Amino acid sequence: MAYKYFPHTQADLDVMLGRCGMTSLDDLYQDIPDDLVFKREYDLPDAMSEAEVRRYFDELGRKNVRLTCFAGAGFYDHYSPSVINHILDRSEFLTSYTPYQAEISQGTLQYIFEFQTMMAQLTGMEVSNASMYDGTTATAEAMMMAVSAAKKRNRVLVSATVNPLVRRVLDTYAKFHGVVLDEIAMDGGVTSFDDLKAKLAEGDVAGVIVATPNFYGIVEDYTGWADACHEAKALLIMHCNASALGVLKTPGEWGADVAVGDGQSLGIPLCYGGPGVGFLCTSKKLIRKMPGRIVGQTTDANGQRAFVLTLQAREQHIRREKATSNICSNQSLMALYVTIYMSLMGRKGLREVNELGYSGAHYLAKRLVESGKFELAFPDKPFLNEFAVKTEEDLDMLGTIGALNDINIGVRIDEDTLLICVTEQRTPDEIDQLADLLITPFSTDAEDDSQA
Amino acid sequence: MNNQYYSKLIFELSREGRQGYSLPRNEFVNHNLCDMPAQLLRQQEPKLPEVDELTVVRHYTNMSNNNFGVDTGFYPLGSCTMKYNPKINEDMAAHPDFTGLHPFQPAGTADGALEIYYNLQHSLAELSGMKEFTLNPFAGAHGELTGLMVMRSYHASRGEGETRRKVIVPDSAHGTNPASAAVCGLEVVTVKSLADGTVDVDDLRPLLDNTVAGMMMTNPNTLGIFERNIATIAAMVHEAGGLMYYDGANLNPLLGRCRPGDLGFDIMHINLHKTFSTPHGGGGPGSGPVGVREGLERFLPNPRVVKVSDDDGDSFMIQHGEESLGCISAFLGNFGVIMRAYAYILTLGHEHVKEVGPLATLNANYVKESLKDVYELPLDVVCKHEFVFDGLKDKSTGVTTLDVAKRLLDYGFHAPTIYFPLLFHEAMMIEPTETESIETLDAFIEVLRKIAGEASENPEMVKTAPHNTPVRRLDDTKAALEQIVTYQFE
Repeated sequence: MAYKYFPHTQADLDVMLGRCGMTSLDDLYQDIPDDLVFKREYDLPDAMSEAEVRRYFDELGRKNVRLTCFAGAGFYDHYSPSVINHILDRSEFLTSYTPYQAEISQGTLQYIFEFQTMMAQLTGMEVSNASMYDGTTATAEAMMMAVSAAKKRNRVLVSATVNPLVRRVLDTYAKFHGVVLDEIAMDGGVTSFDDLKAKLAEGDVAGVIVATPNFYGIVEDYTGWADACHEAKALLIMHCNASALGVLKTPGEWGADVAVGDGQSLGIPLCYGGPGVGFLCTSKKLIRKMPGRIVGQTTDANGQRAFVLTLQAREQHIRREKATSNICSNQSLMALYVTIYMSLMGRKGLREVNELGYSGAHYLAKRLVESGKFELAFPDKPFLNEFAVKTEEDLDMLGTIGALNDINIGVRIDEDTLLICVTEQRTPDEIDQLADLLITPFSTDAEDDSQA
Repeated sequence: MNNQYYSKLIFELSREGRQGYSLPRNEFVNHNLCDMPAQLLRQQEPKLPEVDELTVVRHYTNMSNNNFGVDTGFYPLGSCTMKYNPKINEDMAAHPDFTGLHPFQPAGTADGALEIYYNLQHSLAELSGMKEFTLNPFAGAHGELTGLMVMRSYHASRGEGETRRKVIVPDSAHGTNPASAAVCGLEVVTVKSLADGTVDVDDLRPLLDNTVAGMMMTNPNTLGIFERNIATIAAMVHEAGGLMYYDGANLNPLLGRCRPGDLGFDIMHINLHKTFSTPHGGGGPGSGPVGVREGLERFLPNPRVVKVSDDDGDSFMIQHGEESLGCISAFLGNFGVIMRAYAYILTLGHEHVKEVGPLATLNANYVKESLKDVYELPLDVVCKHEFVFDGLKDKSTGVTTLDVAKRLLDYGFHAPTIYFPLLFHEAMMIEPTETESIETLDAFIEVLRKIAGEASENPEMVKTAPHNTPVRRLDDTKAALEQIVTYQFE
């Protein structure tokens, strides 16, 4: 019976079964009615040695293609410093559970406290929770938080410029949770302030959800939005790109009540979309309405500073169906990931990351527009490192040619629009290569390949 | 350096002018962020630390020394299945052919990833007796919510979406069950347990009518007892038009012996971070795949990964189904966790995965039988993967379950889950898992017996435990009153 993950020898089994007054492992299941017992072999592959497992993943890995990434749309290819993975491999962090036993979990509790501090600093808000699953579900939690804070009102407005990946999740949660979700129209790539005011005037609004930067990469001007929302007693919820907050005006500075998003852009590898790390920050006065775990500072019996899970009376294991949320965990290890990232980068590193993205993206946009084959989808709107271009070229074909040249050219968001993102990972050569490819697709080496 | 009491925060190590990063030169300085309108830029700089690389490395390495994980020692936390997290899984999840994949990859450039995703769906279906799985949910509670959305979608498709809004939950259930039901817009009705901890079928019967959407159960239940009336219960709920939901938190002891699909369950979730050995990471990332029986797969969340077979062989595709309940995640869930779980299943294969349940069950019964003379065992029956003591047998010392738990920390063991389930005042829920040796279990048993002795001879010492941990017992009330949840700069 002994296998590399099971230490039980036959001698062990005999002793242990003897202690239980049994003679075989079957005796342990005598309480299960025979007709419910599974009797055949599982239809699964034979056990693999470690070398075979490795070969299997290598083989499947060869069916993927490593591409130079100009795609964004919610997932960003930023550089991840070596330090981070080495620390994350510390199995005292990796193999621990939620820090219920605070005396032997100060490592986890302290980095969560640091994470909360950094996220509050980054978003310009007063408090943060210990992290959430991802950016889409964190936004859904913020929507439900607004409805819960408003008591009787259950209508939430969401800008048409919010990432559709977030919007789809909001639609699902709204449908089942009984939230009426209405859209605020887009006007030239930004959310219409007039439409917001008109919809607020209709009444019953608990919350308003907008994005910075928005789905099209545009940095919107939310001057006056917080006042308009607060006049209508609605919470202003801002979905953000965490990395961009290193330079962009923060939700706190715009006067928002809740800041949410995904911290994936803080150096977490793309990994086919997960894990990332959701965050939710708010004001002190809303802390009891906040979903998720929270770590607080206290002292131990010796008066020494220490950290502990706090405000647990909001949570499911105590409040059951009356809890603020059903969430009972956080994305702890990924919170550690971005905490180390922010420690290494600091405010200056984060600023430089954004400067590099800005410069590369604007250089690329200029080249594409100057070619005459592309135009900015929203020409007069400011963007950071992601932008939408329109073209009459066949975007599917360009995508295929790109893939043949090991480039992911960006995300096609409709028939004639391509969303392109440039991070600090993209070298000048790569940026020029993409521009050449998009402008003159058939003068590159790809021509022969694509027609072969 | 004695780092046991190292407790500075990273902000306290910050010095103006230090840096821990290096970035490429900017070759396009003509395009400068300063061109962005000033009112769109942040006015106040974030107070992030300024530290060199070694300071960062030492800081977090020292912090890890104040933590306890499965790799540190025995972690008998009930309902959490703290089994060994194999290292090969970590290596596979870090495979560079996978970690660089963007969700918006051009067709044909992520086929290996889709194949793993599909194969794990298929393996979980086989192991659980369900028809189809989605791996999109991020955690167990997220899986519960997704599963209940499937339940509501099913009733809605039959025109009963508005009338069937009640979900029945046993009083011994995990707290997430009622909380997930509430988030999903369902009304929770509690069904009582009998003295032996199993569901009271007589209490259930009158609750079943045409307003019932379904019932949530975990089996074995949170007392580690197999619900022997499960077939009857499932038949009663189905008779009333409801669906049966299986909370997979306690799936581990069933591997090799029983499949939830064969017990009458229609929808279930699995915690990959419990049964399938992926690390808990201090609270996440986890993964909570949801499986359904035939006929319900059309309601599963989008996007879906499906297999297409033709003359060229099999290929795998991402699809969006029309009748789907919608999206509950941006993309395909925590793919990194999915890779780890699949590596585990490949390692065990059909011949070893079936040994998991019996060995986990044996370990639990061995510990229970070895301690029931000094700890109160309210239900003296064969348990499955876990069991519950109701504190020390001798209550005269005033030593509580909390005290015993804290004293265990002094001896280098993690504590059991305490004060859950709520059916007993001094609950200690112990789950040893199959990866622990008899020597480890014997050491744990010896320490718990020793603590029972200490409780009689020197109760004060146990009540003030822990004594040897990086910090002493914490003031929870102070934390809740002061609400200091971020570092207070200056």
